[in-house]
Amino acid sequence: MTFRKYLVLAGVTLCASIGDSLLSRGMKQVGSISLNHLSDVILAVLNPSVAVGILLLLGFFASYMTALSWADLTYVLPATSLGYVLLTLIAKFYLHEAVTTSRWIGILLISAGVGFVTQGPALTHHPPKAQPHKAEYETAPARNQQ
Amino acid sequence: MKQAYAWSAIAAIVLASTTGDVLLSRAMKQVGDVGALWRQSGLWTVLARVLRNPNFLLGVLAMTIAFYSLLFGLSWGDVSLIAPASASLTFVTNAVAAKFFLHERVDHRRWMAAVLVAGGVVLLAA
Repeated sequence: MTFRKYLVLAGVTLCASIGDSLLSRGMKQVGSISLNHLSDVILAVLNPSVAVGILLLLGFFASYMTALSWADLTYVLPATSLGYVLLTLIAKFYLHEAVTTSRWIGILLISAGVGFVTQGPALTHHPPKAQPHKAEYETAPARNQQ
Repeated sequence: MKQAYAWSAIAAIVLASTTGDVLLSRAMKQVGDVGALWRQSGLWTVLARVLRNPNFLLGVLAMTIAFYSLLFGLSWGDVSLIAPASASLTFVTNAVAAKFFLHERVDHRRWMAAVLVAGGVVLLAA
């Protein structure tokens, strides 16, 4: 794992958590969508919070795809779950919301999970087709500095 | 009745996003290390190779279904139920699916991570 790869994982984490919270806020502004007015769900993207939320989720998607190109799914998902912890800390210190004991325990569990998975290898299954790039990347450390 | 709607939205989100995650992960493993490929052949080669991958396109379709299920779910039910329940369940279903469909070595460390994160997400919403 290089510094750049940790940056990509941070991008996944930040874009997903901030994007999701903006989407949630936007959909609350849009209001309840009835099955009889399905077109409303498409028009929901006109709401600014939903629009910015979708842009951030696009950033999330790009960094998520990049991470999946060199790491296992069962590595990337837990490793990027710190976003939930981040949202709670923002609620506590920025929005001055009360954080209950059970939430602190939740933060501890997620952090422990992230610790567990990041101690292990990022990639356990090596598909033959991806091997040349991977090998080339790992044996040319000078090019990583560019 | 609203509760039944909420849980069917959660089931749809979990099923669609697990399918999507597995397909996208398989696609990106076929594409290979994006950073190395970009330096070697440029951004357009990366984009072309990703966008032409059938697993990627199917994965995006599954993720789109998951996304709209989430939008419906959020407008029907409480965000404090829909978001953590679907996120939490997806961590566990993904670990199972990655083991069987992607042949990842899901050892005790990764099981622990998936279960701890799933439990933590539920507690955060409590």
